[in-house]
Amino acid sequence: MSKSKSPIKIQITSKEHLWRLTTLPLLLLFAVPILILLTRTMPGHLINNLQKKEVIQAISISLRTTTISLFITILLGTPVAYLMGRRSFPLKRLIDALIDLPTVLPPSVAGVALLITFGRKGLLGGVLENWGVQVAFTQAAVIITQLFIGSPFFIRAASLGFGSIDPDIEQAAQLDGAGRWQIFRYIILPLSQNALLSGSMMSWARSLGEFGATMIFAGNFPGRTQTMPTAIYLGFEIDLELALTLSVILLAIALITVLVVKAIAARNDNRIW
Amino acid sequence: MRAPPAILILTITLVFIHIFSACSTILPTQPENAQQGQNITAETTLLILAAASLSESFVEIGLVFEKSHPGVHVIFNFAGSQQLAQQIVQGAPADVFASANQKHMDVVISDGRIQKGSDQPFANNRLIVILPNENHADILTLQDLAKPGLRLVVAAEEVPVGLYSQEFLSRTVLDASFDPDYKEKVMANVVSYENNVKAVVSKVILGEADAGIVYTSDSSENNAKNILQLPIPDNLNVTAVYPIAPLKDSHHPMLTKAFIDFVISPEGQEILARHGLIALGP
Repeated sequence: MSKSKSPIKIQITSKEHLWRLTTLPLLLLFAVPILILLTRTMPGHLINNLQKKEVIQAISISLRTTTISLFITILLGTPVAYLMGRRSFPLKRLIDALIDLPTVLPPSVAGVALLITFGRKGLLGGVLENWGVQVAFTQAAVIITQLFIGSPFFIRAASLGFGSIDPDIEQAAQLDGAGRWQIFRYIILPLSQNALLSGSMMSWARSLGEFGATMIFAGNFPGRTQTMPTAIYLGFEIDLELALTLSVILLAIALITVLVVKAIAARNDNRIW
Repeated sequence: MRAPPAILILTITLVFIHIFSACSTILPTQPENAQQGQNITAETTLLILAAASLSESFVEIGLVFEKSHPGVHVIFNFAGSQQLAQQIVQGAPADVFASANQKHMDVVISDGRIQKGSDQPFANNRLIVILPNENHADILTLQDLAKPGLRLVVAAEEVPVGLYSQEFLSRTVLDASFDPDYKEKVMANVVSYENNVKAVVSKVILGEADAGIVYTSDSSENNAKNILQLPIPDNLNVTAVYPIAPLKDSHHPMLTKAFIDFVISPEGQEILARHGLIALGP
């Protein structure tokens, strides 16, 4: 019915408008609460609260821990994603489910599980304690929690990216004498850039917002383990304005990061995003 | 990546369980089966928002109340009083608010959902220090809590028991058997500020904390075998006063009043006492 001159251009008919309307409910659900959040915060409050010690501490702990856990996620998650995306082996489906498991666990369950493993009475934690290493109630615990909750997102996106590369290209490179590392570095990696980028962003964003498991495993100590989400949760019970301020800051950080990542991805692809 | 069907079903089930769990526990108590042949009118639901430390006692009070009021369904929302106060202020439906301190009751009163003067004290509670059974940290006296390197867990200051804990520690200044910097040393040992008293109890039971400061009601019966108790002498202890009040916009004012009356009644007070709270004097 509609004449298309190119795959992208579609003639705008009333039918097009009609089905586009069905996108409104969800988009509004995303947009309206966030807009209300922004409008309820007075700029004056924002500036005031930004200078409070706890707020600065919470922001810096959140940024520091999520950066470290992102780094570890990419370092340790890439081999896993490569394995899942480009190899098959017995029990692959089980490992697949295992990787998805931290995502579906209720955060409090995840927190308890981590605590009884890495806490000083835990299997691994007990051993570490004997060597003088404390895990629970430290920033290490915050990072481990973020790894547990966040890295599955990276692994999933990255493995899809790796898996989508045509094996013929890999074979061609092998025929030309490329070694495993060269194939990964010069062929796989560049071709899966965007998947890795968006996977990193999702993992980082999830870690930034992680709350339930962190409170149980890492505890809540301002200046040491109190992240922004924890501060917001407790702040909500003391001072609504404080909670709103922190939420807006968290929102701004998330928004800027998303825009930056999308811009990089678009430039990589030369595609209109 | 696709998961095998069984795992998929398990996953979906877990997700649904997660969606239906809330930050604070909501404990519905099932009404006892009404007698056969009796017409059951539409069920009336009473929504009680109560401090976390009232979990055990109020559940029992709810059961007894439902027995004596067939057709009435008592539902509880237990959480830190500060959290409940905020929820009420933000418009959460409720019939009764039972707080662990007057401060949060006043928050709701000044917001307007509870009539000034309609609140009354219904129980007291005191503080106690609890230790994990193994007590690897060898804590034998209160003074030991100041030993460097301990891991203490207390409630955040916004939580009533957290504030009471701070008061108790401040009182040691007046006691010669404590060092003048006792409070500072103890606070330096704190590793986490929890959101409600039950979280403090859990971390001590798990042995992840060397000690915690909770209410005497938290260390009674159920928990008694999982923890050791280190009592706090009367001259240092804090008496927590719990107020209870009906919400102005309750849908069942008569029933709400009946519930509160029951809590204050000798039978209600006896239930509270059995769970470690201190009944009000006559």
